[in-house]
Amino acid sequence: MSFNRKDLLGLEHLDKKEIQTIIDSARPFKDMFTRSIKKAPALVGKTVVNLFYEPSTRTRTSFEVASKRLSADVVSIATATSSVVKGESLVDTAKTLEAMKADIIIIRHTLAGTPELLAKNLNASIINAGDGFHEHPTQGLLDLFTMQEKKKKIEGLKVLLVGDILHSRVAKSNIWALTKFGAKVRVVGPPTLIPSRISELGVEVFYNLDEAIKDADVVNILRIQMERQQENLFPSIHEYVELYQVTKERLAKAKPDVLVMHPGPMNRGIEIDSEVADSPAAVINEQVTNGIAVRMSVLYLLAAARNKRKK
Amino acid sequence: MLIQIKNIKITDPSTKTNKTGDIFIENGKIVEKLSGDADNVIDGKGKIAVPGLIDVHSHLREPGQEEKETIKTGTMAAAKGGITTVFCMPNTKPVTDNAPSVEYILMKAQKEGKVNVFPIGCITKGSQGKELAEIGILKKAGIVAVSDDGVPVANSQIMRRALEYTKMFNLAVISHCEDKELSRNGVMNAGKNSMIFGLRGIPNQSEEIMVSRDIMLCELTGGKLHIAHVSTAGSVELVRRAKKKGLNVTCETCPHYFSLTDDYVQNYDTNFKMNPPLRTQKDVDAIKEGLKDGTIDCIATDHAPHTQEEKCREFDSAPFGIIGFETLLSLTLNELVDKKVLTLEEAIAKMTVNPAKIFSLENRGSLKPGSIADITIIDLEHKYEFKKEDILSKSKNSPFIGRKFKGCAVMTIVGGKIVWTLKDGIIN
Repeated sequence: MSFNRKDLLGLEHLDKKEIQTIIDSARPFKDMFTRSIKKAPALVGKTVVNLFYEPSTRTRTSFEVASKRLSADVVSIATATSSVVKGESLVDTAKTLEAMKADIIIIRHTLAGTPELLAKNLNASIINAGDGFHEHPTQGLLDLFTMQEKKKKIEGLKVLLVGDILHSRVAKSNIWALTKFGAKVRVVGPPTLIPSRISELGVEVFYNLDEAIKDADVVNILRIQMERQQENLFPSIHEYVELYQVTKERLAKAKPDVLVMHPGPMNRGIEIDSEVADSPAAVINEQVTNGIAVRMSVLYLLAAARNKRKK
Repeated sequence: MLIQIKNIKITDPSTKTNKTGDIFIENGKIVEKLSGDADNVIDGKGKIAVPGLIDVHSHLREPGQEEKETIKTGTMAAAKGGITTVFCMPNTKPVTDNAPSVEYILMKAQKEGKVNVFPIGCITKGSQGKELAEIGILKKAGIVAVSDDGVPVANSQIMRRALEYTKMFNLAVISHCEDKELSRNGVMNAGKNSMIFGLRGIPNQSEEIMVSRDIMLCELTGGKLHIAHVSTAGSVELVRRAKKKGLNVTCETCPHYFSLTDDYVQNYDTNFKMNPPLRTQKDVDAIKEGLKDGTIDCIATDHAPHTQEEKCREFDSAPFGIIGFETLLSLTLNELVDKKVLTLEEAIAKMTVNPAKIFSLENRGSLKPGSIADITIIDLEHKYEFKKEDILSKSKNSPFIGRKFKGCAVMTIVGGKIVWTLKDGIIN
């Protein structure tokens, strides 16, 4: 098995083999979900902590369910209820958790680099559950898992990412993973929401959605944050909808068997038309199911690597 | 006290001297000959004597932020770095916009300082950018320049008035050039790396827009403009053109801008976070070119101490700035002299005679008889590793910890007094 890391901080530095290992070991976990007992004993006696510095329901719940299905003891901490509000530093908070013998700490933070900060300072394994505009590796992995499951081969697939690429850790992790697997990645959005150097990561840049969507095999739609409008990155939601909403008409230009993906939570009627979200092309709910399998796989592999190191 | 430094190689850019000989010190001054027998004869064999280094950009944090640095610890670090004169920026608490603040710094420096401390006063009251500070009164109290470092004067009219008003005192206005709106929330250089690391970027243009504006205001007023910590290729080119035009513009850069790039931010190590931020190799090359052709006049440290608690944080939340006194000379020697960007004389000039001239420091920056005996003695062959536990500054926020150097100061003399030697450390 080619996975021997202490932490999962991002997909940039993982090689194709490591990514494939995570995905391959996620498959049996997914199969388990259809059984009457959806539980494996792999993490019995291990303590997993969800440390969330940013509001999140789906990612946190997904990690919680994943940990529980592996029989770990799992605690979730949201910042509003922790000592963070009393002024404790991130490293001290995490060290406190480690003193309670947490084996794996899952962190979500508004600021980039926070998982690295913990990884440097702690012996516990760190999983990045999204840090600022940097990476969201488990989302990238579950997206890749979903594409592989549906399309078999990633190489040569035309994958379009729509929307706010600049502020999107999901886009970043997707780009790292997909380019390693030989997909043809396109991004589309207004120039104000696309990093000017993004093409250096091997992706093709479009500003016009009607052009970008042509012959796409996968359309992955990113959530648009309302506050970006106040930063003058686009003039109005109204105009954004006009230019970048994925509608049925626009989707008709993609391949007939196109997959529509969205990391959630969706703004129906803004970046995605309801008709598209509810169409058979959409695999948005399946992404959620796959998310649990992929996160179980990550937890399992990190715990196994820890055990190996201890021996 | 009569001191003789024997058989030393003397490198003094102010007189274009480059020879082996003796230096004589009497009553704190350099003299042609001693009036009697020397009380202390120092063997200078194999070493180089240069005028004491002058660092025109530092933050000593006293008064108000003594947890980061004090005049005592800051000047100890400077002495160890071979620096005999430091200018301290006015962003203390309170800011240096009034005579008592200047007097306090000078009094503390007199009592506890190891090297000369020359305060820089504010351009505007409270560094608020709204009304000019009482620059005349500050000058009388002892400032050597004015600056609202860190909080650049956004209003062009006020910057214009500052450049005009200071003409009667022959004071330079030191400008931290940054368009704060353009760099808002930025924490590192804007570019490919900021995109990959997911950090907000500060574009080169946020510096260059203000360099352009200030050069234009300098042209309008005929005032004396000194641009702080130049970090981009574009800024170097703007200053080069302004100088060609004959404008009254000078500038400085810092060792980190010619030795590091934004690649180093990759581990989110906050010791690589400063403002302006580390740029790209192209900028580093342009800075070196600017040093070589004389566009960049001075090398200064922008010594900016911050506590471990402040720096051991999320990259976004940590303050900007790194310490620099103890690595200034070694970085200059290794990155510029050894790599043949500058000759030793040219490099030393940028830390001695050039700043002395720009800021009109009388009898400093030179080893000619009559000068104040501020002298730095260098051993070009001394090899060492820069270790955290050896840092004399109260703060340890250096990106150069662990770096191996060749060449450093081995003795620092301030006003004829030996304040530090490599062997004995700080001398009381």
